[in-house]
Amino acid sequence: MTCIDEPMLLDITLRSLLVSGSATLLAMLWSIPIALTISMREFMGKRVVKSVFNALLGIPTVALGLILFILFASRGPLGPLHLLYTPTGIIIGQAILITPIIVSFTTSALESVDPEVKDLTRTLGASERQASFAILGEAKKGTTLAIIAAFNRAIAELGVAMMVGGNIYGYTQVLTTKISTGVTRGETVLCLELTVILLAIVFSLTLAMNLLRRD
Amino acid sequence: MNPKIIVAAVVIAIAIVGAVVYVELPYRSSPKLQIATTTSLYDTGLLDNIASYYKEHYDVSLFFIAAGTGQAIQQAKMGEADLLLVHAPSSENTFIQSDNMGVVRKIFAYNFFVIVGPADDPAGIENLTPTVALQKIVQAGIAGNAKWVSRGDGSGTHIKENQLWVKAGFNMSQLRENSWYIDAADKMGATLTKANEMRAYTLSDMGTYLKFYTDGLINLQILVGETKDLLNVYSAMAVNPTAYPELNFDGAVDFIKWLVSDEGQNLIGNFGVSDYGQPLFYPTVRLLEENTNPTIAGWIRDYALLSYDNQKWECPPPYRAGQDDLYR
Repeated sequence: MTCIDEPMLLDITLRSLLVSGSATLLAMLWSIPIALTISMREFMGKRVVKSVFNALLGIPTVALGLILFILFASRGPLGPLHLLYTPTGIIIGQAILITPIIVSFTTSALESVDPEVKDLTRTLGASERQASFAILGEAKKGTTLAIIAAFNRAIAELGVAMMVGGNIYGYTQVLTTKISTGVTRGETVLCLELTVILLAIVFSLTLAMNLLRRD
Repeated sequence: MNPKIIVAAVVIAIAIVGAVVYVELPYRSSPKLQIATTTSLYDTGLLDNIASYYKEHYDVSLFFIAAGTGQAIQQAKMGEADLLLVHAPSSENTFIQSDNMGVVRKIFAYNFFVIVGPADDPAGIENLTPTVALQKIVQAGIAGNAKWVSRGDGSGTHIKENQLWVKAGFNMSQLRENSWYIDAADKMGATLTKANEMRAYTLSDMGTYLKFYTDGLINLQILVGETKDLLNVYSAMAVNPTAYPELNFDGAVDFIKWLVSDEGQNLIGNFGVSDYGQPLFYPTVRLLEENTNPTIAGWIRDYALLSYDNQKWECPPPYRAGQDDLYR
């Protein structure tokens, strides 16, 4: 039976945190501007855009994994970028996976901000853009919740990490892929330890979310 | 624009770049070899051993994508691997001679498949030939006394199972319709675990079985083993460089040469001896060159050599990609 292998535990955990953390940051870069645009502006098809993002909330990770696998394959459209079986590939995949979460949750947080705040900032001479930031400041809590939820989804997902990353030892192996494949190798103890780590990460973030919601 | 937002965006971008560099750099800095491999080699831990040895001595990172032989060949066809380690001579032959995708094939190890089952052996197959054993399992299955778990995933083991069923006079796609025949569609370790839980029979490679049995994960017993029909031969092949010039063909050839060198063969032959009391895989190079065990060498030649121009070859001459010195 495999005994506790500390460097391996640490290595896999650190990689999971870095990969899913970067994916979350990357997704924020485009998702928050999208959410601001949806909530602040009136445009044609706004409801359609909102429902598309809502529908994508539940996209199965294997479906996205397969699509990205085909795109990233060396003879696929994005083959020359060499993203298949790399951590960068997983980061991009997870960023796409969690974009709908950040967009949808942040949009509802922004829309629930009292409209008077927007009017008030305008009366005080704020430009449209300055007003956006004021409202984002008001919806800080909702936005933070969206980001934590997105990170949680990224670190706990298996499909994208497995199909795009390939679970390569020491390179693209993350918590979920190691847990899923380790069991078939008879490494039950190691997998249990990794599961405890994953649960600790996910539960402590959920706890943080609940505390945020309360006050 | 609000300077705070710009600062935040820049900080986020730097954090992303930093994380990407941290996770990518150790492997971008030294040469790497992407290897599509069968799960039986991977799940036993042999390849982890080989990878750390090869990295230490030759500073090349070996990246393994573990899949069944069928899937591994598919990966290689798509140009996702520099090298293949598989165990299904019939599929290898197609891959080399029909698809024109595989070159520099070298046989590097063998062991045996085993038919394993519950200790009380409800179908009474112990020490029978594989053919008779399968027929008995079918009879017992129909009578409701036995179950069979099939890999069902297009792997080398699954292909072997198919050959055994055909030889016993059955058709796998018809067997699938029976309730006693369980199509696991899973890896070897998972299939053994399923068979163990269901008190069913299954076909396994010796390496994975021994690892799982010795680790106390299963208590299925070997009921049929070590016959010609159950021979399991592992080969390495590089992916044709004319099909995918961007692949690391030279690295693949170097690795194949190492695998069949004394150094590589000793590592394979010694793997698992301290943990399991016997090797999980037996090296083949000396065996075939010096005929140290004529019976088994003969079985390997019958089973794992490929036909070309009315002769049998380890790798037919047109598919050697200039590496003829490997076949003297």
